[in-house]
Amino acid sequence: MSNAPVNSGRRKFLTLTTAVVGGVGAAAVAVPFVKSWSPSEKAKAAGAPVAVDISKIQPGQLIRVEWRGKPVWIVSRTQKIMDELATLNEQLRDPNSQEPQQPEYALNAGRSLKPEIFVAVGLCTHLGCSPTYLPDSFSEQVEGVESGFFCPCHGSKFDMAGRVFQNVPAPLNLVIPAHHYVSDTKILIGLDKGDA
Amino acid sequence: MLKKLVTGTVDWIDARIPMTETWNKHLAQYPTPVNFNFWYFFGSLAMLILVNQILTGIWLTMHYNPSAEGAFASIEYIMRDVPYGWLLRYMHSTGASAFFVVIYLHMFRGLIYGSYQKPRELIWIFGMFIFLALMAEAFMGYLLPWGQMSFWGAQVIISLFGAIPFVGDDLTLWIRGDYVISGATLNRFFALHVIALPLALVVLVFLHIVALHEVGSNNPDGIEIKQKKGSVPSDAKSKFTFHKQYSGKKDIIDAIPFHPYFTVKDIMGVAGFLIFFCAVIFFMPEGGGYLLEAPNFEPANGLKTPDHIAPVWYYTPFYAILRAIPDKLIGVVFFGGSIVILFFLPWLDRCKVKSMRYRSWKHKLNITQFIISFIVLGVLGALPATPLLTKIAQIGTIGYFGFFIALWVYSKNEKTKPLPTRLTFK
Repeated sequence: MSNAPVNSGRRKFLTLTTAVVGGVGAAAVAVPFVKSWSPSEKAKAAGAPVAVDISKIQPGQLIRVEWRGKPVWIVSRTQKIMDELATLNEQLRDPNSQEPQQPEYALNAGRSLKPEIFVAVGLCTHLGCSPTYLPDSFSEQVEGVESGFFCPCHGSKFDMAGRVFQNVPAPLNLVIPAHHYVSDTKILIGLDKGDA
Repeated sequence: MLKKLVTGTVDWIDARIPMTETWNKHLAQYPTPVNFNFWYFFGSLAMLILVNQILTGIWLTMHYNPSAEGAFASIEYIMRDVPYGWLLRYMHSTGASAFFVVIYLHMFRGLIYGSYQKPRELIWIFGMFIFLALMAEAFMGYLLPWGQMSFWGAQVIISLFGAIPFVGDDLTLWIRGDYVISGATLNRFFALHVIALPLALVVLVFLHIVALHEVGSNNPDGIEIKQKKGSVPSDAKSKFTFHKQYSGKKDIIDAIPFHPYFTVKDIMGVAGFLIFFCAVIFFMPEGGGYLLEAPNFEPANGLKTPDHIAPVWYYTPFYAILRAIPDKLIGVVFFGGSIVILFFLPWLDRCKVKSMRYRSWKHKLNITQFIISFIVLGVLGALPATPLLTKIAQIGTIGYFGFFIALWVYSKNEKTKPLPTRLTFK
């Protein structure tokens, strides 16, 4: 044995196969570590839909509810606001909502099921801050526009249909969550009509 | 009798691990340039603060409750009920800011004296990894008090990853472990803040120093203290004894041992530093809202963003770059790029002369505009965004990146001054 020549071909083969098998093993061991960072079953279960009663909402008022830990806004829009929306197209990034930020049934001028009630996830599409609702002082941000949403973090601006203005950091319109009317005064947020 | 006991013990240990050898190699017989000035305090100060953060951090962990329900209350408990808890917490929170103060000054020293240049590229790279780990460490630590600014600051920074095409949204979900920042996020940040990142930091600091001692320190003149063996007449060589690892291969000029000369000098630096550090801890621990921000005295509320979100001061220059660009993806690219480009500094600077003292007026001007841009961005990053300030931030961003581009261009054939042959005292 002591003066046996080294069989380098065998050495190479053994080193390589050991390294490959070991590498596969190491990659497999990484799976539980990486996967354990995904949302837990408990977190997923907390994503249940939320019912909101809107019978007491006043014109121009914004109600904030929590769904999946996120703020969801329900805003009652007056006719004046709706008229103003139609005049803004020139100043918006995506006036006709071509990016898929809303369900099919909210793909209309007001981005809503009913024109006067606007439902949206109140998180800026830039970096997730919650914009401030400015019912009558938005003209400080965009000249000639009375109401809208202004994000205090990085200055993004949205109109009363959650459509983003040009030349701000946010790239997309606000997200409209899946929702439907259970009755005239009750909205279920988190589910489309007909889903279980 | 006692002396014999001591030397006997030392010999006994030295036969088993190289204790005296290591002491000599890295301290008592380590050649250090004689002309170190004020700017050379900050490396040892950073080590001191690292020790402070680890010690106070361990003690805070003993009283802190890492859960969305209990975190905020446990900070109040530390502040009001735990004996000296307020002091431990203020030492830790002030230490975080002090860490960045000394690290920025330490990096500035490297910048002006060309300490990143060949053969010290790896020292710079390890240093940049330390800077990166430190930013991650501070960011995760800031979530732990579970105040409003903790919550929304984390929301903004984690959302940055959402700008990455295709995988962005899944990636942010994976980092948070929930659809929004929640207790799941808090717990993993706690684990990373108290175990993973400190371990990485300690290892990186060790590598930073190993790399430094292998090639030796640079100095304000940017010339080498180690000359070719046999090229220096014996009366010009340093009179001190250096370890054979250094003196065996090279002739050493203008150097003195690190210990006791620079240990004592650094302790003087520590004394000066502690005057400022204690002044902040005892008289202005919140730093006027810049070290501990006002919205963080209110518990985290996922439904309401504070009116004005600003990161802690040490992130503001990079944050201003992010905000200056009116496009999400490009903004994030520039934000990341502003850090990544620093890693490449040793190769962007193509000049052979290291120290600013002997370099061209272009270089001095460029460094000056870089520092002004950096400070302006830092101020803007703490202010609300207005159209005018955004314009200024855009100019600052050009200045920041322009520094590196200009450096690469003019450093190739830069008109430098003649270098001295021996170290100078200015």
